[in-house]
Amino acid sequence: MALLSFERKYRVRGGTLIGGDLFDFWVGPFYVGFFGVTALFFAILGTALIIFGASQGPTWNIWLISINPPDVNYGLALAPMAEGGLWQIITICAVGAFGSWALREVEICRKLGMGLHVPFAFSVAIFAFVALNVIRPFMLGARGHGFPYGIMRHLNWVRFTGNQYGNFHYNPVHMIAITFFFTTTFALALHGGMVLSAVNPQKGGEVKTPEHEDTYFRDTIGYSIGTLGIHRLGLFLALNAGFWSAICIIISGPIYAGSWIDWWEFIREWITWAGA
Amino acid sequence: MNNYQNLITRVQVAGHVEPGIDIPLEDTAYERSGGRLSYLIGKIGNAQLGPIYLGFLGVASLITFSIGFIIIGLNMAADVNWNPVLFVREFFWLSLDPPGPEYGLQVLPPLREGGWFLIAGFFITVSILLWWYRMYRRAIALGLGLHVCWAFAAAIWLYLVLGFIRPVMMGSWSEAVPWGVFPHLDWTNNFSLIYGNLFWNPFHMLSIVFLYGSALLFAMHGATILAVTRYGGEREIEQITDRGTASERAALFWRWTMGFNASMESIHRWAWWFAMLTTLTGGIGILITGTVVDDWTLWGMKHGVVPVDLSWWPITPDSTVSQWGVEPAPPPVVEPVAVEAAPAADAAPAAETPATDDATSTQ
Repeated sequence: MALLSFERKYRVRGGTLIGGDLFDFWVGPFYVGFFGVTALFFAILGTALIIFGASQGPTWNIWLISINPPDVNYGLALAPMAEGGLWQIITICAVGAFGSWALREVEICRKLGMGLHVPFAFSVAIFAFVALNVIRPFMLGARGHGFPYGIMRHLNWVRFTGNQYGNFHYNPVHMIAITFFFTTTFALALHGGMVLSAVNPQKGGEVKTPEHEDTYFRDTIGYSIGTLGIHRLGLFLALNAGFWSAICIIISGPIYAGSWIDWWEFIREWITWAGA
Repeated sequence: MNNYQNLITRVQVAGHVEPGIDIPLEDTAYERSGGRLSYLIGKIGNAQLGPIYLGFLGVASLITFSIGFIIIGLNMAADVNWNPVLFVREFFWLSLDPPGPEYGLQVLPPLREGGWFLIAGFFITVSILLWWYRMYRRAIALGLGLHVCWAFAAAIWLYLVLGFIRPVMMGSWSEAVPWGVFPHLDWTNNFSLIYGNLFWNPFHMLSIVFLYGSALLFAMHGATILAVTRYGGEREIEQITDRGTASERAALFWRWTMGFNASMESIHRWAWWFAMLTTLTGGIGILITGTVVDDWTLWGMKHGVVPVDLSWWPITPDSTVSQWGVEPAPPPVVEPVAVEAAPAADAAPAAETPATDDATSTQ
């Protein structure tokens, strides 16, 4: 059965945002709720449209299927379905499904008496998607600037879009985002490794304590942020990685349309360097 | 509920500095030193800074790192004729480059033609390995498992592939990554261009998946734990050994959300593996580029992950031009330009045709 040994006592009514008791039930392990229904609606519709779009395309190779946004000449208008209109509807479905999912998480948090950190964190990821496929195309005046939906095709879009700005690694906000991604992964390795090493000590040893964890990191790097702090730090790093990723692509095109390599010339040009 | 999100520590108790777990004397030839409290740091994490244990390995590691670091800095300073203002102005562009390809794997080329690069790399590598051994020794001394050491080793693997293993397999130090801010970005970009777009390298794909996955996992895990700190969820070791309501709620949150949940211990296994696999797969991806595969676009065409007929993937529009103020018009009816199919992949002399992507990039 889908129920964990301790689960029954947590399955209580209440905590919903919309719909009262109407959708306040579970299907297997899944909580439903009003937003479960809307999430399912958008997800099924969007997936069906992707499959339909694939059927109109040149290939059924799962890697190569691409649902393309409209030509930029359509501007912000709805394009004919076969020429990018599908992509526009699928984008609406995606945002609808993501938003429903976040609100469903809020309902589950309320039901379990938890803080709202997870839906907030998820909303940052949603922001990154919306930034790429809604905000930036809008700022550029054409839906066609969104990325195509395809497992390999979207990589191609990233490559070509990056190339339009010289070397995208020179984008200062991209640098910030990458630094956060690497730092997040680094911190995750340290945190995961630390907890595992405390509860899986050397052969024959007893399970260790947070004091051992503190001592390990104080001994080696001079500071241990502690059991509470590491989760604040991890959440902060991860959310910043997503947030600055969104900013770094929003500014490329709408705000700055030149080469990011040349952008750095301001150091040489704007500042008067006596003695250089 | 809304006033208990626990983003900062609001009440701090300032006690004495914790000296740390006692370790049998033979493992502490050097004493721990320092240790003080900081109110501001205590807002986020533990208020206590230090004490730190340096020991022989720590001191040796710091010295070797400093030697490498100073060699790099002095070479950069020499490049701007020792002018301190120019050094600051040009810092991001300055570089200590590896030897040219004409030196192959020569142990010590002329110093200013790559010799210093190898010496600096040697000292920094020694420093990193000493630091790894230090992490290992401290874990042993405290009776901990070796998970942090293994994770560190996974990162060292990628570092060694980039600067040592792959250059050796390619037969030239010139393949190594230069020391420098912009120069290492140039190296990264050129590496992708030379080998036909690294995005089609499946191990590069995996590495990115694990990198993004690590950020996703830490966001999920950090947020979940913070959300149950009102039930003591941050006391993970206790929750692992004696499950409490914090673990149960955290698990049920994900079970009800996505139909699956980790346990308080297993989430840290997910975390550890995702983080380690980022650099493990990344290192494999770098190592096989140029040694096993010369052109990832041709490789992708051969294996069905890049279309041979590029018209399947319409041209990416130029986003440096805004459509605002341009009258919306239906696009001209133009048949997609059928790009000449690349030579049959199995017969492809790879290095000669890296231009399949470039064919469509001139838009």
